[in-house]
Amino acid sequence: MGDPLSFRTDAAHEEPAVTLDAFLDQSNATSVRLEPDEDARALLPYLDRLALVEIAFPGYRDGRGYSAARILREAGYQGELRAQGDVLVDQIAFMRRCGFDSFAPEKPLDPAVVEASLARYDHVYQRAADATVPVWKLRHG
Amino acid sequence: MYKYDQYDQSIVDARVEEFRDQVNRRLSGALSEDQFKPLRLMNGLYLQLHAYMLRVAVPYGTLDGRQMRMLGHIARKYDRGYGHFTTRQNIQYNWIKLEEAPDILADLASVEMHAIQTSGNCIRNISSDQYAGAASDEVTDPRPWAELLRQWSTFHPEFSYLPRKFKIAVIAAAEDRAAMRLHDIGIELVRNEAGTLGGKIFVGGGMGRTPMIAPEIKDFVPAEDLLSYLEACLRVYNRHGRRDNIYKARIKILVHEIGAEDYRRQVEEEFAHVKTLGIDPPAAELERITAFFAPPAFATGLSDELDLSDPDFRLWVQQNVAAHAQPGYAIANISLKPVGGIPGDATADQIDLMGDLAERYSFDELRVTHAQNIVLPHVRKADLYAVWQALDEAGLATPNLDLISDIIACPGLDYCSLANARSIPVAQKIAERFADLDRQRDLGELKLKISGCINACGHHHAGHIGILGVDRKGTENYQLLLGGSGAEDVSLGKITGPGFDEDGIVDAVEKVTDTYKSLRQDGERFVDTYRRVGIEPFKEAIYG
Repeated sequence: MGDPLSFRTDAAHEEPAVTLDAFLDQSNATSVRLEPDEDARALLPYLDRLALVEIAFPGYRDGRGYSAARILREAGYQGELRAQGDVLVDQIAFMRRCGFDSFAPEKPLDPAVVEASLARYDHVYQRAADATVPVWKLRHG
Repeated sequence: MYKYDQYDQSIVDARVEEFRDQVNRRLSGALSEDQFKPLRLMNGLYLQLHAYMLRVAVPYGTLDGRQMRMLGHIARKYDRGYGHFTTRQNIQYNWIKLEEAPDILADLASVEMHAIQTSGNCIRNISSDQYAGAASDEVTDPRPWAELLRQWSTFHPEFSYLPRKFKIAVIAAAEDRAAMRLHDIGIELVRNEAGTLGGKIFVGGGMGRTPMIAPEIKDFVPAEDLLSYLEACLRVYNRHGRRDNIYKARIKILVHEIGAEDYRRQVEEEFAHVKTLGIDPPAAELERITAFFAPPAFATGLSDELDLSDPDFRLWVQQNVAAHAQPGYAIANISLKPVGGIPGDATADQIDLMGDLAERYSFDELRVTHAQNIVLPHVRKADLYAVWQALDEAGLATPNLDLISDIIACPGLDYCSLANARSIPVAQKIAERFADLDRQRDLGELKLKISGCINACGHHHAGHIGILGVDRKGTENYQLLLGGSGAEDVSLGKITGPGFDEDGIVDAVEKVTDTYKSLRQDGERFVDTYRRVGIEPFKEAIYG
């Protein structure tokens, strides 16, 4: 696997991500990996020391990671939020809106298709974890 | 009716281009069928037994004449000259070519329509009361709220890969014409003691192989909290809904397994957080949408008199016309259930005609009902005869609304790759057996619903009489259920016993109606008698 596709300005975090259990046992880890069935809220007390949260997508159909990402961003997490696994190119836009800013897909993505799909929609209907202004806000200021 | 602004149009146009790109990638081989499948499914394109099927969204079942005629155009140009109206208030085309699907979406976008989220494990088309804005028993028109939810749920980034599909209904009347409590989330708009409108929220209803009636989760959510509250409902589901078994993945299973009380507690906890995020639009947005649904310019001082001297017209009025809130107006139901026909099917010419009639006689509005019929919601009583004549000439004046031949049926094994048995021929045989209209009218309101497999697209659990087709050792077998209802007296049907073959089920239905006739008391509908006497007399008649 090559370098993750990153939308951050800083360099990708190097420290390998540990499991949630290992992270909760260690006082100094700065990277953690969440499996789909693990509750992101367990990380909320430790956001200050986290630099990377990697959220696993063993299958693209399992959408729990989208909620996990938003919960972390809503709590103010600023570090790297990486989607790893069965991540499809047509899912990147939704993942970006949920707060993911780096991607480590198992199957490489065509950068041109990624770019096209991220540029596709000028407007969105709802507020999410990104800065995109929803159309109701554009309508009413 | 709602009209797109530049934002709505730009989103739908972008979707057309996105799907065109995805189809091109599929046709060029860049995408395998496996990779393409989730993409096409998000756009309502299914691979069926014989061809692709495209499901087009009719948000909350409302459309205008121009949109209706576009549906006719699509049937004519891209299908075999007909379309199929569904229990989700949508329309499906069964003979679609993949390479033409993007052009169909472009045609739809030109009249402010789309196929977004008509399939996939996401929030589906919002359904509502087909009499909205016309019924005298509503506290408000539910459609502005449904449109608010349509926009909120469209391309929702967090809830597009849910454990399973997710259906929401909004009603605002005491009479439930939308099977509200058989949805994943049902919302009944009510006024609180202060006179403020808000939603009573029911969560965890559904049909399928494990039918459930949604319990009430919250008695009142004001407009300004509605989206936050729904996000909380969905987030708890997304977190805990089962993903190990597709048949246990709907929210009804979660609510049932943890209990309504625990589910409510988790939603309330999540809501307290979500409410701080600023995701609810200002009141001005619901007001903006509501303005589109202002009542049409009804004439006042009209007479309620009707000349019923034509006996066929009189029959149609008695059976298919409902009271309107406005004096001098009526709600006209167009039955898509002629005896021997396919429930919900209409030809391109019939679709065009219904669009024309709406434009001319119904303030340019039509509705699709979950019972697979069409409604002209605002017809002057003085125009009813002309409307009826035009419908009659087109084979659209069958006077059987809510009678035994007004059957809901899924496409079944004739089209659907999931089905175990055919539904359409059974519906046709039952309609033929009861073809005599006097006999049907004597039986009164009798909702008969047929599904060709356990997924229950034909709503058999909610039929006064329900029929479920199953595969038994390689032959089609039909089980009979009695006592269901999708209305405000919501209930789930009970299986009578061993199933029947295709002719046997028709005989069994007849024995059931004969038993009803022998047991009914004054004014009792079939389902009332059933509830009073229980299943035993019916079982005895069928199997005894």
